[in-house]
Amino acid sequence: MMHIRRSPEEIAANRARYEEHQKKGLDFAPKALPGKSGKPAPALAAEQIVHQEKLPGGWYWWTRVKANEVLRIALDEGFSTVSVVAWNAADPSERMNLPDTVKVQWTTGLGKGRVIFSDMGKVMFSISEDSCGAHDVLMGGSTASSNARKYAGANGPALRNTRDNLVLVATKAGLDKRDIPAALALFAPVRVDAEGKFQWKPELVSDGDYVDLRAEMDMIVGFSNCPHPLDPNPVYAPNPVIITRIAAAEPAVDDLCRTATAEAVRGFENNAFAAQ
Amino acid sequence: MTSFIQTSPARTLSNAVRDHHIAAEAPFSTVIKKGQVVRIEDSYGQQAVDTLFYNADDFSERYSSQDTMREQGAAYISTGTKVISNEGRVMLTVTADSCGRHDTSAGACSCESNTVRFGHYTKYLHACRDNFVIEVSKHGMSKRDVVPNINFFMNVPIEPSGEMTIVDGISAPGDYVELTAEMDVLLVISNCPQINNPCNGFDPTPIRVLVWDGEAA
Ligand SMILES: [Zn+2]
Repeated sequence: MMHIRRSPEEIAANRARYEEHQKKGLDFAPKALPGKSGKPAPALAAEQIVHQEKLPGGWYWWTRVKANEVLRIALDEGFSTVSVVAWNAADPSERMNLPDTVKVQWTTGLGKGRVIFSDMGKVMFSISEDSCGAHDVLMGGSTASSNARKYAGANGPALRNTRDNLVLVATKAGLDKRDIPAALALFAPVRVDAEGKFQWKPELVSDGDYVDLRAEMDMIVGFSNCPHPLDPNPVYAPNPVIITRIAAAEPAVDDLCRTATAEAVRGFENNAFAAQ
Repeated sequence: MTSFIQTSPARTLSNAVRDHHIAAEAPFSTVIKKGQVVRIEDSYGQQAVDTLFYNADDFSERYSSQDTMREQGAAYISTGTKVISNEGRVMLTVTADSCGRHDTSAGACSCESNTVRFGHYTKYLHACRDNFVIEVSKHGMSKRDVVPNINFFMNVPIEPSGEMTIVDGISAPGDYVELTAEMDVLLVISNCPQINNPCNGFDPTPIRVLVWDGEAA
């Protein structure tokens, strides 16, 4: 005996509605996006720079940001991978949610024009510039054991890993390891093949690549600068990354990230209502 | 449902130590002891079973989708998958799977994400994240403790381009997955009530959870 709680008509109507959403998400949204940002990154005037941090390889940093400030993460000193986590400063129980980010936007591929969602259906970041579009939302960062396997015989700096760094970030921000969300790895050229296996595609990232993340709410943002677990380099040698906190400016009414997809529009409607 | 597939001749309905029937759309939790085998059965087929695991002795150690995917080197869950915690430890091992495709990238549906995915009119629909919050709150946890989960029987292919979309599940009535616990774990399930995508054929159905004491039953 089948368990039918909904009529065939209801099911057909729901399916038709889903297929319409799916078609818009898969076809329309990518066409509305501009592709990669040009290099070099747009120059900044001195008065735009709230703070600049040179984050050494293996280390972590965290900061508070205000809505409409931009965090520029730049590979000006060579390749590295930077893991990012974020919490709503006013209520850290709201945090970055990568499953929602990829599911809602119909893609694991983040790039210029995409946004990053919280678990509460709100936009935390707009990816306002991105020169490579090669980031990993699935695998997260390194751990003590993944480093120990990969850098056999190494000690000291090679023990620094993203898991421990994020425990430090959370704790120093007054949070707990239970609060650490799944981490976004910027400059991690990971792709999924037909069997579901992860592939590392180093040709997708190069020196001077950068990402601008515009904060869409006041947040606590944490960073870890450690090699990605898939990075095949047998030597633990992450380069420093330059993170610049750029002064807030009001986005244009036709701002790309706020208008390119129906999903982002609805996310920003949630932000606007929550801010009232 | 009466169909019952045995993965081990020693594992029968009569010697299962627990047999739980979970209604469509409902939450559920139970403790699985180290060495026990838990079977999650998609009794009617095409039903997504959103699942979390916590170390029963220390809930701060819990399922980690990213650690699990990293350790497999792959995005999907099937036989042989080690279910890894945020502390990098093996919580359970997937020891049988009659379906072959389970997701751990797409997370659980929520009232809030539904507004973004499908429109604001879907806000007041029962959702997995609410189920999880209700269920973990019985164990002293809260929304902070609800992390990205496994979606057993949910079909979410990821293309090399990154394109990712929930498509019709491939599980047939009676399909099941079995996991052997490598530590005492709290199993938390939301039997997904989502009716806006094909994760459960737009028609949520009941599931069943069976537990046996060890391989020899
Ligand atoms: Zn659900």
